[in-house]
Order: sequence, then structure tokens, then C-alpha cells
Amino acid sequence: MAESDVHTRIAALPELVNADALLLRRGRYLTTTFLVEMDEVQYLVRVVEGRIASVERGPFLMRPWSFAVRASADAWRRFWEPVPAPGYHDLFAMKKLGVARVEGDLVPLMANLRYVKDVLAAPRRRGA
Amino acid sequence: MADLEPQAPLEPIVGRYLRLDLAGRPHRVYFEEAGQGIPLVCLHTAGADGRQFRHLMNDEAVTGSYRVIAFDMPWHGKSLPPAGWQDEEYRLTTAGYVDLILTFCRALGLERPVVLGCSIGGKIVLELARLHPERFRALIGLESAAYQAPWYDDTGWLHRPDVHGGEVCGALMSGLIAPQSPEETRWDTLWGYMQGGPGVFKGDLYCYREDGDFRDRVGRIDTSRCPLYLLTGEYDFSCTPDDTRWTADRIPGARLTIMTEIGHFPMSENPGQFRKYLLPVLDEIRLPTR
Repeated sequence: MAESDVHTRIAALPELVNADALLLRRGRYLTTTFLVEMDEVQYLVRVVEGRIASVERGPFLMRPWSFAVRASADAWRRFWEPVPAPGYHDLFAMKKLGVARVEGDLVPLMANLRYVKDVLAAPRRRGA
Repeated sequence: MADLEPQAPLEPIVGRYLRLDLAGRPHRVYFEEAGQGIPLVCLHTAGADGRQFRHLMNDEAVTGSYRVIAFDMPWHGKSLPPAGWQDEEYRLTTAGYVDLILTFCRALGLERPVVLGCSIGGKIVLELARLHPERFRALIGLESAAYQAPWYDDTGWLHRPDVHGGEVCGALMSGLIAPQSPEETRWDTLWGYMQGGPGVFKGDLYCYREDGDFRDRVGRIDTSRCPLYLLTGEYDFSCTPDDTRWTADRIPGARLTIMTEIGHFPMSENPGQFRKYLLPVLDEIRLPTR
């Protein structure tokens, strides 16, 4: 997977998530906007009752979000490998490794942790 | 009468309850066992219960030579909290955990058992090795280290009214399982976490974090008095291979194995892969002169 592909993959989140009935059900109590950062490129992911309403690419001047997940494009590329290497196989593994940061209001994240992790891992299912 | 014969295979595991006095309070502790031979006492991870060892107890290569025993710690699985629990905050301490293990082994009359523990169970094995080597035939620490850096600041996430405890415990632990682990055993493992009582996982982590920095003492472990095996999965980012390596480097004679395609729950997330590493250890303990 080339690093440029990570941007294609995040843009595909709506089709990946919204076609997954179980994932939609899991996220049905979550409505929020969270930020995903890949190197210096930012995305705002708008979730409405578990459905990905939009993935908007920055730059943004002054836009609100609840929580942010920031990592390098390289880290996202490794995270989305079909079988990720140790340290790149989980959001918190990347955080412990020091290649990802999780910031902001963590309540919506932690209260919907399985859903958010599944959403962020959804591009992995497309294969390399 | 043929139709009254059992129609489904019975597993060899049997479960019983034991009355124990712990810290001066009566407890009713559940344990399961299978097999005959050298007692092998198994200690489950924080926030889980003895079901994590069901695959080991169904493995004839183990139960042919070992009496495999796993208890649910008080507050976990089928072991109730002690009377009065509703007015206290559960908090496991290192000293309390050591006492639980010694009391349990004494109550069953186990003679120099092998103890195998995972995560907090692996950590406490280091204290057993340091304080009571003469009481054990061998000690096996899975995902065990003198110290491991925390990966989230506040264990309060595990027990608060606006975040479902079972859901968040399961979702946090999901990352500690290797991607190669089979779906069935992955989700079995997580189910255990989702079922824990409120605040119990958090209370266990007190022992794992605040009361569990053994860096100043593991160097005093004498493996000539009791062999010590340390096995850690490559995908475990809670107790990393480097954490275990650091520990093994300071304990002369400690036997270190890094297990591939395994995370933080070897015996329950991928029993087939784990036994490749465990069986040679159990053989070595059983036949020490070979």
C-alpha cells in the first residue's frame, strides 16, 4: 500500500461503515464529529447515530470536534495492513508505541470504543 | 434405557467451591480442575476468571501429567465478593494476592505445585519466586514483568456511570489480542472481560500498576531454588516483550521465551499456538534431569 492510499481509504469510510448493519447498530447512540490526522492532513468525520454522514478533508480554520486521533501517514498505512505488525495492530498499541495520539473529549470515544475502533479499522478489510 | 445414557460428551473439568479465610474474612472461592499428577495452579488475568484455562484443562497432553487447577479470585467469575462488599471499593494488593495463592494451595493440600499466572498472575509469580521459592516446584509467568509502563492514564474509565464497564473493558482488551488469534477464542476472551463486576478490573489494576513495581526486587530472585519461566506474546503492548526481557535480564537463570502471533492472553486467545510453547516447558519441569 502506498502512503497516498491512506487518504483514499479514509475517504471510503462512509461506504465501508454504512454498508455494515452490525456496525451501524453498535454506533446508534453516537452522534459526534471527530478528527483524524494523517501527517499534516486533517479529516473531520461526522457520525450521526452510527452512520458516517461525511468525511471532510481540511485544512480547517476553526472547526469543533470532540476527540482527535493523530498519527503519521506511515502509521496509518501500517495499521491498515491485512495483518499489522506488533505495535500497529491497535489504536492504543500505536499510542503506546508513540506513533499515535488521542486527544480531546474522551467520553464519546470511551463510551463507544468498540464502535470507533471498528470504524477506524474498517479500511483494513479492503485488503492491501 | 439406552436413551438415558449421556448423549453429549462431558468435558473432564470439574468445579467446586472452597471456604477460605482471607484477611480475616470468610470467602467462598470457586475453582475448577482436570487431570492428575503434578499440581499446576493457574492464575487468570485481571478482570477475568478461571475460564481462561479451559483449553489447558481439555488438553490431554497437559492433564496426563498435571492436575490443572484454576480458581476464580474473589469478586471474579463464580467467586463472590466477601460479605459487606457493597460498602467498600475493591482493591487488590500484592500482599493480599500472595496470601490468596498460598492460602488456596494450603487449603487443597497441594505439595510444591507449579504456579502458572498471566498478566497480574504473571506478575505475582515474580513475588512467589522471590519470597517463597521453596514452596513451588516451578513458576511460569505469562505476560509477566517487574514493571510495565501504563498505556492509559486513568483506570477510572473502567468504572464510571457514563461509560459501560463491560463494553469498555472488552473494547480496551481487544487490542491486546494478536490479529492471528482465531475469532472464536478472541471473543471468548473478550466476553470474560465484558462480564466482570463493576470496578473489579479497575481494582485488580491497582495491584498491576500502583502496587506492582518490582524493579527494585526482582534481582533477588534465586532460580536455583525454584525454576522460573517467562513467556510473553509479541503482540502484547501492555506487558511488552521488552518489559519481560528487561526482567529476565536481571534474574540469573530465568528462562525467557517470546511467543509469536500471541498477545496478552496466550492460554485463552490462541490455545493452539500457546501449547507449542507451553508443552516443552511442562515437560522440562516434569523431567528435570533430562
